[in-house]
Amino acid sequence: MKKILSGNEAIALGFSDSGGVFASGYPGTPSTETLEALARIGDVYCEWATNEKVGLESAIGASIAGGRAMATMKHVGVNVAADALLTLAYTGVNAGLILMVADDPGMHSSQNEQDSRNYAKFAKIPMLDPSDSREAYDFVSAGLELSERFDTPVMLRTTTRISHAKGVVEPREKLPPRIREWVKDVPKYVMLPNYGQARHQELEKRLLRLREFAETTPLNREEAGGNDLGILTSGVSYQYVKEAYPGASILKLGLVHPLPEKKIREFAGKVKRLMIVEELDAIFEEQVRAMGVRVDIGKDRISLCGEVSADIVRAAAEEADAAKGAAPAADLPQRPPTLCPGCSHRGLFSILGKLKVFVSGDIGCYTLGALPPMSAMHSCICMGASISAAHGMAKVNEIAGGRGKPVAVIGDSTFFHSGMTGLLSMAYNGGSALVIIMDNRTTGMTGGQENPGSGRVLAGELSRQVDIIALVKALGVDHVEEISTYDLKETEAAIRKGLATPGPYVLVDKNPCVLRYRVKTIPVAVDPEKCSGCRACLKAACVALGLVSSGDKPKVMIDPDICNGCDVCSQLCKFDAMYKK
Amino acid sequence: MGVFNIVIAGVGGQGVLLASRVLAESALASGMDVKQNEVHGMAQRGGSVISFVRIGEDVRSPVVMPGTADLLISFEPLEALRYLHYLKPGGRLVYNKVPLNPSTVASGLATYPPDVEERIARSCPGSRGIEALSIARDAGNVKAVNMVMVGSVLPNLPLDPRVVEEVVKEISRGKGFDVNLKALAGGVAAAGA
Ligand SMILES: Cc1ncc(C[n+]2csc(CCOP(=O)(O)OP(=O)(O)O)c2C)c(N)n1
Repeated sequence: MKKILSGNEAIALGFSDSGGVFASGYPGTPSTETLEALARIGDVYCEWATNEKVGLESAIGASIAGGRAMATMKHVGVNVAADALLTLAYTGVNAGLILMVADDPGMHSSQNEQDSRNYAKFAKIPMLDPSDSREAYDFVSAGLELSERFDTPVMLRTTTRISHAKGVVEPREKLPPRIREWVKDVPKYVMLPNYGQARHQELEKRLLRLREFAETTPLNREEAGGNDLGILTSGVSYQYVKEAYPGASILKLGLVHPLPEKKIREFAGKVKRLMIVEELDAIFEEQVRAMGVRVDIGKDRISLCGEVSADIVRAAAEEADAAKGAAPAADLPQRPPTLCPGCSHRGLFSILGKLKVFVSGDIGCYTLGALPPMSAMHSCICMGASISAAHGMAKVNEIAGGRGKPVAVIGDSTFFHSGMTGLLSMAYNGGSALVIIMDNRTTGMTGGQENPGSGRVLAGELSRQVDIIALVKALGVDHVEEISTYDLKETEAAIRKGLATPGPYVLVDKNPCVLRYRVKTIPVAVDPEKCSGCRACLKAACVALGLVSSGDKPKVMIDPDICNGCDVCSQLCKFDAMYKK
Repeated sequence: MGVFNIVIAGVGGQGVLLASRVLAESALASGMDVKQNEVHGMAQRGGSVISFVRIGEDVRSPVVMPGTADLLISFEPLEALRYLHYLKPGGRLVYNKVPLNPSTVASGLATYPPDVEERIARSCPGSRGIEALSIARDAGNVKAVNMVMVGSVLPNLPLDPRVVEEVVKEISRGKGFDVNLKALAGGVAAAGA
């Protein structure tokens, strides 16, 4: 029966239908829904790992033990898992293994827009690049077969417009899981230098065989059309090409590494102008040019940044400026994402902003604390960097003298992902930063997933809930205290004490995510008689607040449908104008 | 038939995604090809959300280009104005008249333009505003604004309204079933009024 599935759902179903046995990963937009959908399907074991490296390593173990395995992550997650990946390329697999990676051209919800195709080249392994949900589904079984046939991990790469776009899928018959034998093979799986040297030779030979395979596989297909313009493309760019030029000659790649050199040469020979349409890096273009094939239109006309579109394809082919339909209305107030009404992070940032400390931030909902009016986060690089970067700052400040203690802010999921190691290092090296762990009992930013602190696993069953305070102590920190950032006075006092005390100091807020746990409390109301219109409460940056004109000075009003009663704004009010009914 | 392009705009948390799903499932149930796409991840954090539904015989790109939408459904007036340029000449706009403050306005960094509806009317003369919040409240849940909005465009869709109704029933399975149907009917009535 036909179904409408997102690319992520299609990959989950594809894995379940292709005899998948084990899947692990770490949440990250736009990859997250893959494991969530697999958990809903319910017939394949799947789990959230604490980070992408752990997820991939567990999938490697599953493959060695003979179960078809998949690891899922967003593009930057591959950086974390890369150590495992680059040597996995040497060992190869037992049962089929797929690394599903979701890129985010346009950075809809990411900190960079790195192109994962580089990793396939770097690791010298095959990569599949589906162009819609239907192919996303099909490429899972194709990938697992390829993995077993060539004894290699296979990367299955999507982009946001594949992972999150929904399209029609017609599922095949379901294969039962087959578990292969679990064999010991020291030269294959123990990468000591002498074994590694042999496996490297093997990897290079395998890559040559894959190049041959690329020439004949139906994963790469030529669509014959006019001979004036020939377009080499893959992934969602293929759809943009079809939209712009339904009748053009197209060489559509499903296997984007290694490239089919003969096929490309032949295709280029048949058309007057060769155009390459690829999002982000010039991966195809550089390789095609290295083959000595002339590229007429490529990255000279299609940006290295952001997404491609049908309009961009048309403009590039016609060597014209991109079509400028009606322009969007200028001068409209922006509507950026913002902390939810009632969010436990709000109180913290209103205090940090007031104290004017340097906040070494991390990745999560709390990164929104960097936006005005709070503007209370001053660096944010990658997951886990808050604590380690604060440590580096503290050491320089010690040398420079006369500077205050830095503050690191990190969420629970990020702390488990890669913050713990930074804290251990800080404690070990006699560092001195104040670390605030915002334990809202979920991986919030990616939609509220379970983690080791939430007490449940991906499939929903209860599990052991880690004790963060005991964990922090075990890492070597003596000063650790629980606070509630809903109480602004208490929070300010605790932060001041933490800043005044030398050495590592950790504060933990344990208020749950209001969105994930559907926390609803009585809304706050404003007494217009008492409101002076001073706007101090607007520093709370809450969408429930608004100004209404009354006489000469607009006063604050609270929308009871939106307010979640956290009382942060009322604590910012100096006129006692806010109350609960 | 060519491709019918729908853009749904709103604010994170308003249910834009569910409304998109209703339209996409209805297209599939009507035997058509469909692609639906929105960028989520941060969608529930009160940010501006835009979703595309493309219905036709053979739909390729999941993205609607500016200047090509047959129908723009906006759950909020400012968002209608923000995405108005997606409409093709002669395209239709239906929007919820109830404003929601963006965080920039709520924190006093910007003001909500006082003339949003006038500007909409000027650029898109055939547009229609709906009091979706009160209709949803009457139906039994303020969160049903999304179903009101779907109802309000039913006559403008290349879909049989009964198919859409069936899909809403199927999707709400048990919970909120009657509220959703009431909201849908409320939207239909408001569009006709
Ligand atoms: C290496 C890497 N993996 C995954 C992500 C995606 N990601 C962004 S924030 C986040 C987790 C946030 O959870 P938490 O730290 O608990 O903070 P919260 O959002 O709940 O406040 C994740 C997984 C990422 N940015 N980088």
